Amino acid sequence: MSDEIPLSQARRGDRGVIVRVGGHCHHQEHETELERRLLELGFVEGAKVELLHEGLFGRDPIALRVDDMRVALRRHEAANLILRREAC
Amino acid sequence: MDASVRPSTEIGRIALVGNPNSGKTALFNALTGAHQKVANYAGVTVERKEGVIRSPSGRVLSVLDLPGTYSLRARSPDEEVTRDAVLGRLPGEAAPDAVVLVADATNLRLVLRLALELKAVGRPMVLALNMYDIAQRQGLRIDLERLSAELGVRIVPTVATRKRGIEDLIAAVEDLAASATAAGEGSWHAPDAAEIRAAHHRAERIMKACVKPPERPDTLTGRIDSVLLNPVGGLLILLALLFVMFQAVFTWATPLMDGIEAALGALGGWVAAVLPDGLLQSLIVDGLIAGVGSVLVFLPQILILFTFIILLEDFGYMARAAFLMDRIMGGAGLHGRAFIPLLSSFACAIPGVMAARVIDSKRDRLTTIMVAPLMTCSARIPVYTLIIAAFIPNKTVWGFASLQGLVMFGLYAAGIVSALVVSFVIRRIFWRGAVEPFMMELPAYKMPHLKSVLFNLWLRAKIFLRRAGRIILPLMVIVWALSTFPYPPEGATGPAIDYSFAGMLGQALEPLFAPIGFNWQMVIALIPGMAAREVAVAALGSVYAIADAEGSGVGALATTLADQWSLATALAFLAWYVFAPQCVATLGVVRRETNSLKWTWIMIVYMFSLAYLAAFITYHVAVALGGG
Repeated sequence: MSDEIPLSQARRGDRGVIVRVGGHCHHQEHETELERRLLELGFVEGAKVELLHEGLFGRDPIALRVDDMRVALRRHEAANLILRREAC
Repeated sequence: MDASVRPSTEIGRIALVGNPNSGKTALFNALTGAHQKVANYAGVTVERKEGVIRSPSGRVLSVLDLPGTYSLRARSPDEEVTRDAVLGRLPGEAAPDAVVLVADATNLRLVLRLALELKAVGRPMVLALNMYDIAQRQGLRIDLERLSAELGVRIVPTVATRKRGIEDLIAAVEDLAASATAAGEGSWHAPDAAEIRAAHHRAERIMKACVKPPERPDTLTGRIDSVLLNPVGGLLILLALLFVMFQAVFTWATPLMDGIEAALGALGGWVAAVLPDGLLQSLIVDGLIAGVGSVLVFLPQILILFTFIILLEDFGYMARAAFLMDRIMGGAGLHGRAFIPLLSSFACAIPGVMAARVIDSKRDRLTTIMVAPLMTCSARIPVYTLIIAAFIPNKTVWGFASLQGLVMFGLYAAGIVSALVVSFVIRRIFWRGAVEPFMMELPAYKMPHLKSVLFNLWLRAKIFLRRAGRIILPLMVIVWALSTFPYPPEGATGPAIDYSFAGMLGQALEPLFAPIGFNWQMVIALIPGMAAREVAVAALGSVYAIADAEGSGVGALATTLADQWSLATALAFLAWYVFAPQCVATLGVVRRETNSLKWTWIMIVYMFSLAYLAAFITYHVAVALGGG
């Protein structure tokens, strides 16, 4: 069983593989910029991620394991990442 | 070894580049020791750290520690400096002869992509695999030869904190710098998303070929995080840490501060005894020694605060604190990383404003700087304690709380709440809609090293003293001149300050301050009080002709004030002090750090306006309630 969700909807303990980084439309400057920054921080298609921790308010921001490092991110930015969730 | 090729006097230039948390600065310290200069790059407020190494063969190498980055594609002023320095485009800086890419050996994935990007620039490069001991302890196998061949660069394993591999690194760099062709402008273009992906895949392939995953991976970081990042527990731990930190800053520092004050008092007394009475004596004692003292007296608090901050930073906790605080501060439009600068501002706004450099985004950094002086710094404490002692009855309310303590707490809370409101408003007025992303690496926890903590502490203290001193000294002399000249006429009855420019200014400004309940003596005291907030206490002492108001005279001054001021006036004075930017040193540092006169003026105007408004409301409400 596997399903694809935006990483922003993932919950603590969810794990899987990033299948898409960035939205479809690249018309807006800040979207392409965000995509590149996410890529530079290791959020690349194929990266294994696991949601480790959530903030207290609105479960935001989130702390993730991305391959072998840890990264903190707001859910707002995480919406640009599509996660293929592995059944646990 | 290459002394025959190039004369030994010629300076080779090296630039250190690396990801954040790669131990780059530790390596820089290990390379250069105490031989470093900290300044700013021309025109930007990015710290320029340069040091000098004398290699065993006698060559002098200058080392530049560039701000940490994941990419040459700069997104902050710091990273722009890194990019331009590497490319040789930085005005006034020669291009480096060689680049040392510093990598955390246990976390190679991202730095390999940066290595490929740097490689494309074409500068001679050495890869320093730092924290190699941790990699070995984890059983991480790195095929150095293969990695070197794949990247086409020489690799030197290092352990910066233990000074291992440093000689090898110097030798490798020297070879490179000597053999390199003349450094020109590097060729580079900002990679687009597709190119970044391609580089990632290459880096991934190299990683798979050269690095075997650790046999004993670091599980400690995960276990610590499950406690420290726990949504509720983590915040409670953060609060407890803050509590301990404040206790330390305010109780441990007191004996040291008293000592410094006593020493400076003794020095002033000695100078006064040695020099004849007159202008020179007054300039040195009341101007220079008092001026230096007003900065120096905060050094113990700042050192204690820095010790905590450096320890927490080296341990890796600061990124977690930013994570925990991001949502709370984000509600007011502040970045999670603004937490540290604002925290520092409780000791003194100057290190707070300087610490705002950790924030990448220019907007978030400006917002943080603009609200940092609203945090209750320790220079306000003497003023608060004086007025509270004079006007607030020492009684217990609700059975347990001291009324005086409650007022003090209220003043702190007023500062914090107004900072949140102001940053919210700044975001609404100046940059509507723009939300800077919050994304950062959470580094693995590491045990801080005593030596590097002490070294950093010394370095930061030096920077603080130099910056603050350079600004406050000339200003103290100006304030001294204003309150000294002209001399009182023969047979004058009042204190000398009444007849000085400050006195004239105070009396001229009095109508402006009358609506908020201030009398002319208070207005006069506010003028020298511009130099630093606590100076107003001494100034009130001199306008009310009480000698040594700061020392034994506080009780006497409090009695006089209780006699002369109404409660409404006293409360208005407290409200004024919550907001008024009564500290030229802070304003000078803000000018430097924002590199903008406009923003400095915005700060001055908004803080004085808030101070006036708050004092006005406080005064009239208090009068209406019978406190007039």
